[in-house]
Amino acid sequence: MALRTLFSKKAFTTASGFRPIAAGDRCFLRQARGLTVAALPDLAYDYGALEPAISGEIMRLHHQKHHQAYVTNYNNALEQLETAVAKGDASAVVRLQSAIKFNGGGHINHSIFWKNLKPVNEGGGEPPHSTLGWAIDTDFCSLEALVQKMNAEGAALQGSGWVWLALDKGSKKLCVETTANQDPLVTKGANLVPLLGIDVWEHAYYLQYKNVRPDYLKNIWKVINWKYASEVFDEETA
Amino acid sequence: MQHHTLSCCGGVRPSLPPPPLSFRWSKIKREGGRRLPRCARIAAQLELKPPPYSLSSLEPHMSRETLEYHWGRHHRAHVASLNNLIAGTDLDGMGLDEIVVVSYNKGNPLPLFVHAAQVWNHDFFWQSIKPGGGGRPSGRLMELIERDFGSFDRMLEEFKRAALTQFGSGWAWLVYKANRLDVGNAVNPCPSEKGNKLVVLKSPNAVNPIVWDYSPLLAIDVWEHAYYLDYENRRADYVSIFLEKLVSWEVVSDRLDVAIERAAERAREDETRRQEDDAAVTHSEAVEMYLDSDTDDSEAE
Repeated sequence: MALRTLFSKKAFTTASGFRPIAAGDRCFLRQARGLTVAALPDLAYDYGALEPAISGEIMRLHHQKHHQAYVTNYNNALEQLETAVAKGDASAVVRLQSAIKFNGGGHINHSIFWKNLKPVNEGGGEPPHSTLGWAIDTDFCSLEALVQKMNAEGAALQGSGWVWLALDKGSKKLCVETTANQDPLVTKGANLVPLLGIDVWEHAYYLQYKNVRPDYLKNIWKVINWKYASEVFDEETA
Repeated sequence: MQHHTLSCCGGVRPSLPPPPLSFRWSKIKREGGRRLPRCARIAAQLELKPPPYSLSSLEPHMSRETLEYHWGRHHRAHVASLNNLIAGTDLDGMGLDEIVVVSYNKGNPLPLFVHAAQVWNHDFFWQSIKPGGGGRPSGRLMELIERDFGSFDRMLEEFKRAALTQFGSGWAWLVYKANRLDVGNAVNPCPSEKGNKLVVLKSPNAVNPIVWDYSPLLAIDVWEHAYYLDYENRRADYVSIFLEKLVSWEVVSDRLDVAIERAAERAREDETRRQEDDAAVTHSEAVEMYLDSDTDDSEAE
């Protein structure tokens, strides 16, 4: 049963959460009653391994509570959507879209985020070199300028959202974008591929940095995983 | 997009003392083509109002630490940013309600809207709660709750649902909604107090219902900073405690009385205007008929 349903096309193609979101992403899928659902991915490091930039307490809550809740609610919405589609209940299908967007987006974004971070003793914070490094210099003049821009955009974002370093697949240019709430980067452009995302929802920093979001943004660069960003960049520009 | 030096979440480090707020020198202002000296004007600007209780008196339901940050940092930073942005402009000296509505700009908000609205919202929020709050409302407020929601418990359920499904940052509200028509000079032809209702709403980020011409009665802040130190991710627990232990139904009731009176006054103004419009139409019709006729004697002649 498992092998046959693992690759079942029973699931609808519109829900992008089934397919890998970025190159190398392993957004674990599991089977529940024949429906392909999402699962909480494991972190590649301990909760406390990003200290002092991000506290272990925040990492634990962020992963085990917030991300888990998005996964749970996304799966619930998918199951309801499957039923609604089967019954031809268009009202229910439409009504479920916001829950899918919120929670599916939350799952997508956080799955990328955990890979964007790395402990310092495993290379976190080491600046990008070669291809991505040159692209940053070309499109932003310098890494410092890019960091400054992302920090400014992240600090100015009202309410909850994300700030992204994005690659435009069409033009092969890098750009900085923000999205509101849990909107994934593609909502800002179908050609945009996320290389780095920084969560600026208050839950991402409040216990440690309180209202001083700029301090969180300044410090997170010490644990940013540029290696992952380079891999995605190279794959998309190959 | 304008980038403020003080963002909506405050760039103030905890170690700095709070800045003075009551009066400040306005920025250089052009007048008649001549720049006034920098110290020529004092603009009386908006103040950070303290809550009507001490910062530790809401414990254990809302900690002193939360109040110190929420009121002392977030709310304070919005007041400072707002004063900074309105200084020397047309909005300087306006009342806060007006600044909120004007800066909302019919859904295309100006950069200062977030600060104006968050100052308004937080003033309103601190007044909505009190030590030893909770319980049940009574009198006219309870009657209207039962009329418009079926029961008090059903209103609470709806309020909780709004608070929990406001995705991202925002607020949930109980408002008094007057049955007014939205179109320019149109007047409700059958005005009746029964058309006015209590309604539960939610709004994103800084938006508040006065921009839709509703009368807010109760608000709960569901930005994460409002509950994260005390409840972490458990927004549901925060909302339940807010309703069971903190909300001041007396304040909500007073606001309802004001809202009902305001709605009645506006209905009277509408009625007066409608009568004046009717009279104008009648008068002009009579003149028309008179001029058309060439057999009657004219009073004017």
